[in-house]
Amino acid sequence: MKILVCLSSVPDTTTKVRFRDRDRSFDAGGVQWIINPWDELALTRALELKENPAAGVQKVTVATVGTAETEPVIRKALAIGADDAYRVDAAPQDAWCVANQLAMVVGKEPFDIILAGIESSDYNGSAVGGMLSEILGIPSVSAISSLTIENNQVILNREIDGGKEVVHIPVPFVGIVQKGIAKEPRIASMRGIMTARTKPLQVLPPAAVTPMTETVEYQLPATKKACTMVDPASIGELVRLLQNEAKVL
Amino acid sequence: MSVLVFAENWDGKFKKQTCELVTYARQMADMLGFPVTVVSIGNVTDEELKTLSRYGADRIVKISGEQYKILDNQSCTSAIAQVAEKEQAGVIILAHNNTGKALAPRLSVRLKAGLASGVSSLPASRDNFVVRRKVFSGKAFAAVRISSEKKILTLSQNSFGISEAPKESMVVSFTPKPDRTGIQTEVRDVQKQAGKVILTDAEIVVSGGRGMKSPDNWGPLEELAGILGAALACSRPVSDEGWRPHEEHTGQTGKIIAPNLYMAFGISGAIQHLAGVSSSKCIVAVNTDKNAPIFEAADYGVVGDAHKVLPDLIREIRAARNQ
Repeated sequence: MKILVCLSSVPDTTTKVRFRDRDRSFDAGGVQWIINPWDELALTRALELKENPAAGVQKVTVATVGTAETEPVIRKALAIGADDAYRVDAAPQDAWCVANQLAMVVGKEPFDIILAGIESSDYNGSAVGGMLSEILGIPSVSAISSLTIENNQVILNREIDGGKEVVHIPVPFVGIVQKGIAKEPRIASMRGIMTARTKPLQVLPPAAVTPMTETVEYQLPATKKACTMVDPASIGELVRLLQNEAKVL
Repeated sequence: MSVLVFAENWDGKFKKQTCELVTYARQMADMLGFPVTVVSIGNVTDEELKTLSRYGADRIVKISGEQYKILDNQSCTSAIAQVAEKEQAGVIILAHNNTGKALAPRLSVRLKAGLASGVSSLPASRDNFVVRRKVFSGKAFAAVRISSEKKILTLSQNSFGISEAPKESMVVSFTPKPDRTGIQTEVRDVQKQAGKVILTDAEIVVSGGRGMKSPDNWGPLEELAGILGAALACSRPVSDEGWRPHEEHTGQTGKIIAPNLYMAFGISGAIQHLAGVSSSKCIVAVNTDKNAPIFEAADYGVVGDAHKVLPDLIREIRAARNQ
């Protein structure tokens, strides 16, 4: 089996976000870029499967849609253990555009399992994986928290309200992953970093796609009023405030 | 044209979030001059379906049948798309939950309808379809314009509220043509914890962090949650350590929640944690460190040890409830 992991390059989770161009675009100045946390967990699981001979995974490929600035994030994925990579040379405009570019990658090289994070930590659209599966006309399973392969059968756990479902699915399919799919993301070894430099990274020109949505303005949340402090010796006062002032108890 | 709402059911019943979706759809439909059509998939009684007319549904389309007992993304997409075409849906609204996140992107591609997800406002005006949604995991908002003729939205839970706008609605049955590929996902087993308050539905959430010191100290949090009918949550280190299941992790990479009351015990409030809880209507923080960033996000704070504060809080809430 061959696995494709779709990666998004996102600002580090500790980033304090700022905007520019009269709040029309994200200010990337001084921002550290990382692999989107859910995508990183998907990649980690794909690599674990490849290392287990019983799973029968021959190759793990990563793909991203982004300009040359996203290459450090792709090299990191290769350093962690991905075999090769695609980068579609386009600034992501909206989920529809990104999904179409990724579909083009799958058109060049077929994959059995395509994994995408349930959302990106920057635009939080939760859309690319589902759109990609529909463009490709293959099944998708969302919110998966475990993926195993036994005797060529893919077995998934899908999170549902208050529990989970065990799902069997034929390949090819798109798996949209959330927390739980892998425990900890991996840290690249020195050897991994060295070999990543020579692993194949194909840069593809983008397909022509017109976006269906556009962001016209960004806003930061309103600042909160100061916190009302309550003496730990008079917790009854806290309960009264929650009942009478906040009216939430 | 119409505004179409996908009303998910849980064992044949609707939830508050379904009423919120219909409320939102009603107000949008009034703005656009369209009727509201609701589509339900699965076995729901007409009586239950009719409850949605209280929030402004004009027409309710029901699709029932054994094949829809499980959520198969392809067959549900196909069924909703057929209803959307039949009802000439100009806008389709789903919840921003696991089901909505699974179906909305597929519908967007199938119907060539631009998607805005996690939306929390009505469009700016009839001719300017710009909606507000959360981005950067709650650290900011974006105003997004959908330029396609048909539009799809997923509504952020507990962001709009519920109001009644009763209509005389009728229930009609619809049998979709089977999806061309058939159902390929096969559900082998369902494991559900009965009686547990679901985190994303909860009005009150009781949450613990590393300051709780050990998984053995969760008893008072569970007791408090029990009294308040609250759901339990935790910070990322707690779920990473395996003290609590990852389903309880709230924050940037966990669940993003918006309850009426969020109570954080022993949580310092890292920026990633705050991103997941900052939409809560009221935040209470208990932490030993008076400089902890959680106090910048909190409405009410107690500088103190959660282990000492919790028994007092439980006693005071019990006393207040008994009055």
